[in-house]
Amino acid sequence: MTAVSTPASLQRSMHAMDNAEVLRIRNDFPVLDQLVNGKPLIYLDSGATSQNPLSVIEAEQEYYEQRNAAVHRGAHHLAVEATEVFEDARQTVADFIGAQYEETVWTSNATEGLNLISYALSNAALWAAQGRGGSALKDLAIGPGDEIVVTEMEHHANLIPWQELAFRTGATLKYIPIEDDGTLRLDAAADIVGDRTKLLAFSHASNVLGTINPVAELVAIARRVGALVVLDACQSVPHMAVDVKELDIDFAVFSGHKMLAPTGVGVLYGKQELLDVLPPFLTGGSMITTVTMERAEYLPAPQRFEAGTQRISQAVALATAVNYLTETGIDRIHAWEATLGQRLVKGLEAIDGIRVVGPASGTERIGLAAFDVAGVHAHDVGQFLDDRGIAVRVGHHCAQPLHRRLGLTATTRASTYLYNTTDDVDAFLDAVSGVRAYFQA
Amino acid sequence: MSLDQLYQQIILDHSKQRHGSGLAETDAPDGTSTGQSHQLNPVCGDEVTLRLAVSEGTVQQISWDGAGCSISMASASVLSELGEGMSVEELHSVIDNFREVLRSRGKVQADPEILGDAAAFEGVARYAARVKCAMISWVAAEDALNQATA
Repeated sequence: MTAVSTPASLQRSMHAMDNAEVLRIRNDFPVLDQLVNGKPLIYLDSGATSQNPLSVIEAEQEYYEQRNAAVHRGAHHLAVEATEVFEDARQTVADFIGAQYEETVWTSNATEGLNLISYALSNAALWAAQGRGGSALKDLAIGPGDEIVVTEMEHHANLIPWQELAFRTGATLKYIPIEDDGTLRLDAAADIVGDRTKLLAFSHASNVLGTINPVAELVAIARRVGALVVLDACQSVPHMAVDVKELDIDFAVFSGHKMLAPTGVGVLYGKQELLDVLPPFLTGGSMITTVTMERAEYLPAPQRFEAGTQRISQAVALATAVNYLTETGIDRIHAWEATLGQRLVKGLEAIDGIRVVGPASGTERIGLAAFDVAGVHAHDVGQFLDDRGIAVRVGHHCAQPLHRRLGLTATTRASTYLYNTTDDVDAFLDAVSGVRAYFQA
Repeated sequence: MSLDQLYQQIILDHSKQRHGSGLAETDAPDGTSTGQSHQLNPVCGDEVTLRLAVSEGTVQQISWDGAGCSISMASASVLSELGEGMSVEELHSVIDNFREVLRSRGKVQADPEILGDAAAFEGVARYAARVKCAMISWVAAEDALNQATA
């Protein structure tokens, strides 16, 4: 009998991640290897933006060194190669989230994706009012008396586009409140989402609270009344397995720079039957079939929503980042970060004068924790930590209404990724324990 | 540049014992003309509302409400203590001097003869992200001063 050797990637996937593996992973990230204020950098701000492995940086460089050309036009060699890698990248990202190729639209970032949906929907109302776009658009059109529902924990990116959509269409914006522990009030959700609700938008995981929202329950509540579901997956897709079909959502958005890719690229997922009937948001080159001086006909998705020259190198780099996550194992990453998240919260809870927002230790959360330090402003906490080489985010984290609900103006947030060790968390906790004494609070 | 040079004891003290804090508790003195300015730093949420009362070319009172980091609160406190009793021209020139020091990235030294306790904010100039924290109440004071003397 011949012994069959197991590929390294599979061998790895059998084991949970540990500090030794994380230290090997860290070697792939050049920026992490530096001193800040004379101390080794401890990067705990991946919730804001993540760092890039060398393979991602090289993918972008390689694209410019060997293939750069305008995609979807031109018959020359480079144009063909550029188009191929650009569209292969789309397939890679589509596979990663369980979407179809046609359902995967490039955007600049999640914010642009949410604005795209918001404007496509108000354009739907304008088109429907003039009998354009067929009967399917009539159902999607939002108008006076209709309701749009969000939650109290949303990032501004998943709040303001809906405020403005309500303003443009005459609809009313409502929100699902949260409990003091940072979970959504599902009982209230069932009342708030009613017959007039046309759209329910919520985050998969909160960038402040760390809460993972119950997507299945919320989708069921929306389906009951035929409302569309928009998922802000910025804090989930980079850190855990997300299957858009299994979740049965209508739209999802996320940003590349939060998942090891460069800035300037993000993804909008939309069900094909919706994307193909919705009016475009941005119009221009590359998204049309026939153009006369009077009007234009548009391509189906994804090109329908990709006007103008696209962010080709960033898309290629994002696919490389997805491969990095897949090879490491997204479930293993999720499990490791859950460990780090619990360690963070447990450690913070043990420090006098610290109030962690969101679920208490022992309750599910993603690998981040935001907190208030009694008597010390978050900006000062961040400065103190920076002096020790520790990078965290301070402020309202683009969630002012949530902070108001929590009775705070600003918090400090530590957020982890696959390149953080338990030693990083412990060093952070040790530093935090000295904050109040330093500021004489 | 050490953290202790940024957070000098005088700054920590002023951030806790805030001179001039409490708009509602103080009325502007009789016979003064007042200006009031609200300034907000959207990046971190620091907020200051400052009222300044002037009569016969002299700053009689500087009161304020605010929420923010120790640098922004201490800066408002120091300004309030320093500015009261100054002539309008003097306060304008002190504000200009403070701004010049803060925006110099550490190249312009603070002169305690001119800035008094506010010279302690010299270290902030080396922390680009914190300059706005130290400036916020001074921007409010300049605006309020212009209103009061308009």
